[in-house]
Formats: sequence, structure tokens, C-alpha cells
Amino acid sequence: MKRLRAIAFGLSIFAVAWVVTALLRDVNGESEVVADSPPFVATSAQIERGEYLARIGNCAGCHTARGGEAYAGGRAVDTPFGAIYASNLTPDKDTGIGAWGSTAFYRAMHEGRSRDGRLLYPAFPYPNITLTTREDSDAIFAYLMNRVNPASQANTPNTLRFPFNNQFALAVWRALYFKGGEFQLEPTKSADWNRGAYLVQGLAHCGACHSTRNALGAPVAGHAYDGAMMPGNDWYAPSLTAVSEASGADWSLVEIATWLKDGATPKASALGPMAEVIFQSTQYANNADLLAMATYLKALPSAEPSRTSSAPTRLVTQRNSDGVGAALYAKHCASCHGENGEGKADAFPALAGNRAVTMANATNVISIIIKGGFAPATKGNPRPHGMPPYYHLLSDTDIALLTTHIRSSWGNAGSAVTELDMVKYRNALGAGL
Amino acid sequence: MTERLDACISCHGKEGRTINAEYLPRIAGKPAGYLFNQLMNFRDGRRNNTAMSHLLQPLSDAYLREIAEYFSALELPYPAPQSALASAAILRRGEVLVLRGDASLKLPACAACHGLPLTGVAPAIPGLLGLPSAYLSAQLGAWRAGQRRAHTPDCMAGVAKALSPADVSAVAAWLSAQPVPSPAKPIAKLDAPLPLQCGGVPQ
Repeated sequence: MKRLRAIAFGLSIFAVAWVVTALLRDVNGESEVVADSPPFVATSAQIERGEYLARIGNCAGCHTARGGEAYAGGRAVDTPFGAIYASNLTPDKDTGIGAWGSTAFYRAMHEGRSRDGRLLYPAFPYPNITLTTREDSDAIFAYLMNRVNPASQANTPNTLRFPFNNQFALAVWRALYFKGGEFQLEPTKSADWNRGAYLVQGLAHCGACHSTRNALGAPVAGHAYDGAMMPGNDWYAPSLTAVSEASGADWSLVEIATWLKDGATPKASALGPMAEVIFQSTQYANNADLLAMATYLKALPSAEPSRTSSAPTRLVTQRNSDGVGAALYAKHCASCHGENGEGKADAFPALAGNRAVTMANATNVISIIIKGGFAPATKGNPRPHGMPPYYHLLSDTDIALLTTHIRSSWGNAGSAVTELDMVKYRNALGAGL
Repeated sequence: MTERLDACISCHGKEGRTINAEYLPRIAGKPAGYLFNQLMNFRDGRRNNTAMSHLLQPLSDAYLREIAEYFSALELPYPAPQSALASAAILRRGEVLVLRGDASLKLPACAACHGLPLTGVAPAIPGLLGLPSAYLSAQLGAWRAGQRRAHTPDCMAGVAKALSPADVSAVAAWLSAQPVPSPAKPIAKLDAPLPLQCGGVPQ
């Protein structure tokens, strides 16, 4: 017995040592990648292609700060562990990637490692972008180095809390959750599906927002694209697999592609963070790629979320049965959205049968009532209509009553929103509103 | 267009006419270039207002210009001025700063840039009349604190920093008590060149 215990002890020491060595190897294992040899020479076709791909990847969404110089970095990516600041991707030699080679750039995209070998935080979505081919990575590098103005702007240090702020913790995270890889063609699927999968899973990193994450911010197996709260809890990135949320299963390929291109279709218009994604990224995608992404999205396996609806409080039930919610609707909403939530073609979305209104998670509809919003201005919809904010006109109780009314009228069957829910939403929606 | 811009009217009043609420300025009839610059400033983070920044994020330059032109073209009557609550001495100080400036502080008169009728200069310099005193004080205060910015060179930042808090109140009190001439169109051109270099303003 004693001997067995000694062996077990010895084995566990060995296992720990092995794990530590593996982690240290991830932290220290790779050195600086200096320059390309032979030097990287970009072709004009490559540069053009790179500009297009950088749009699809919405690199500027994080790497260009609001009102800042293009790709000079500085925008904070808020995570539950602190803020991470996007880095300078301009060809400036000292503060940007001017001294990088294409090999170092590909290693960053593929393995999440900076030029000096340092591990990068997965707020840079390399767990998705790892699938990008060397050829596409080189094109993006060619674009950044040749078309973007060098901007001298030092990177802002991250403000992560302990223990998330050290490389060893990052190595543990990577050992648990990150696997670099190349996109594997699925020979039983169409070329369109494969192209769509390559973009959606990889460069366009849709799963970075639309997939469930665990407490350590890592994707959870079996929960791809099933919807997730955005960091900050002020918006819900709906499920792309649930027909009750944002699945494309019941839409035509053209409808999905048009939505990604124009930001509005007769069935839905985009508000919130997706409006920004369409504004900065997908509106520039060509029709072939839009249809490919639509093909992949439409074919995602269907899955309905487990509903955790809160029971309506007595006050909401009572006052709505007294018609308070309906009266608020008539006063504030009906002139645009119609007396029966039918909307108005090409202007105001219908609320009857609108999934953004009825889905189990009511964050977005409440956010839209409080903060308002415009659909993105795109080629196909250059002068979008705007929803007014109501933060200054409606109390929390009003919003609970009104939201419950529109979620449960005209055939809608969404759950009630309680005043207790509203406290949570107001806290998440934050200061000033 | 009105139908598209309900989101603006909800706060800025019917037809952008102002409801004269403390911090919500009228936008109707302001110079189009000025309104466009402000829309860009809110979208791109040079001015900070949570509600405005949120609304403008996904909008293009072209649409923002169109929105600016729409509100600029509205010709609507102004409400009566606020009654002056400040003392006569304060109002006198305000009037001096607005119409003559203060050479000892190297401050040009407001009228030197905003036009003698104080109704602004097309296309990018706004009028100063018909605005609530609280709004005017808040804007000058925000400039002093670096919370409101314009395109560089940001001439108003220099002006606001040269004003003491008491001078800010005096200017705001006097301006908000003046009646608005009718029509309140921005003038086409100043008699003399601008005394300051201002970003976003054709010189």
C-alpha cells in the first residue's frame, strides 16, 4: 500500500512537472521572428485583396479607435477580466508593425504570438482567425504595409487584473482552450458552404460574439453560435442556430445575404453592435462571399435555447391587464410601428412576429427602447430610419409594462419583463442613460 | 426625411425647434457646416454624449451631411429669450465680452467670429442666440475641461480656457437674454478675416 502511494505520488509530481514544462514552453518556446528572407514583396493584386479581407475581418473595428487614425490601435476591448487595447497595425517602424515580416504576421494570426514570441490575449480573436490561410494572411499584411499610413502611436498597456495579466496564466488558458489549425475542407459539402464556413468560423469571427463562453471567456464545446451576452451585458448577440432568435434556417439565401449587405430587409433591420459590423465590414463583402456565408449560416444545425423566463410580477400583470402597456404603446409607438405592430414597409420594422422583440433574452428590445438607434447606412439603405431614445420619457416601470405588452400582443408569445429585470438592464446599460 | 429623423426630434423638439430644455440645444436653422461638424464630432469621439454617440455610430458621412442640411434649412420662429436672472454688472461684463472682447486677456469679441448679429456665419460658425444659458455655460465649461473638442486647431478651446468661470456665466447670461432677430439666418460673410485659426471652418 505504501509503495503504491509512493508510486502515485511520484507520478503526480512527474505529471505536474510535465504540465509546467509544457506551459513554460508555450510562454518561452518561440523566439522573435525578425524579417522575411527573401524580403516580402507585395503585388498590387495582393494589396487589393488584403484591403478586402481586412474589411471582412473587421480589423478596423478594434484596431481603429473612434476618430483615430486608421489602424493605429488604441480602442479598448472590454472583457470580464479588464480592458485590452487593440495594437497599432500601421507600418510605423517603432510603434506599429513596420519592422514585422509576413512570417511574424502569419504567426500572430495563426498562433496568437507577437513578433517577439510573446503570447497574445485572445481578445484578438486568433482562436477563430487561426483558420486564415497563409495566402490570405500575406494579403492582409501586404495591405497594411502598403496602403495604410504609418502612425506613430504607442500601444496602450492592458488593464487586466491578476492573475489574468501574466503570460503563465495565458499559457494555461491556451493549453485548455486554444488549438491552432487550418481550415479543413468538408468534401461532402458544397464549395459555397466551405467558403462560408472558412469566413464565418475564421476571419469574420462571428463566433467571437455569437457563441457561448465559459467563466474564463473560452468557447464551450457544442455551443457554437448559440447566442451570448456581449461583455458589459448591454446587448445580447442572438443565437444563429435558434429559429426563435436569429437563425437563417427560415430565410432564403438572398435574404440573409441582403441583410448582411444592406443592414435591413423587410424581415429585420440591424441595430446595436451588428449595425456597426455591417457598417464597417459585411456591407463591403462581394455577393459571392455573402451568399457563401449565407449558405453556411442557413445550414447551421437548429437548436432552441432552454428558456428561463421570469414570471411576471403581480404589478406588471395587473397593470397590463388594466391596459397600461397598451396605452403607452398607443402614445409612443403606434404612429410608426402601427396600431397592431404591423410596421411600415421600408421604414419601420413590424413588431408583430419580430424575433428581436420576442426572443427569450429581452436585453436588446429594452436597450433599443432606452437608447434608440439607427440601422447602418449602407449602399442599399443609405438613409436609414432612426428609432428615438426613450430614456428621458419612460420610467423603468413604463418600460417593463410596454416591453411586456409588445412581447405578448398580436400573436407574440415572449415572456414578461418585470421591474426587477429592469434594474438589471439599467445597471448594464450604464451611466448617462 | 422627417420620418427618418424621429430619433433627433425626440430630444431636440419638433422639427429640431428646441424645447428649450436646459442642455438640449435647438438645431433647426443652424449653419449646415456647423451641424455636420458636430455630428462628426459626436460620432468620432471629439464630443462626448452617450446618447448622441450611440445613435450616430453606424451612419455615413454622406448621410450625416444630409441630416445637417435638413435641419439647417428649417426656418422656424424662436421662443422669447430667457429673462435675465443675473445682476446688471454681470450682464454688462457679458455684453462687453460678446461685443468687444477683452484685449488684456487676448480675447476677441464673440461677434468677431459669430457675426455682429450673433446669428452665425455660413457655413460652419453657429449663432449664439436663442440658446438656454445652462447650455451655453455647459459648452464653454466642457471646452475648458477638454470634454468638448472641435477639429484642430480648436480655436474655441483657447477662447474658453482664457475665460474665467465668472466670465463664462456672464457671457451665457447676456447671450441667453437677447431676443433673436427675425429671420435669424447666419450671415454669408464676415467683414474682416477671422481673428483665430479654426479647424473645420473655411477661412
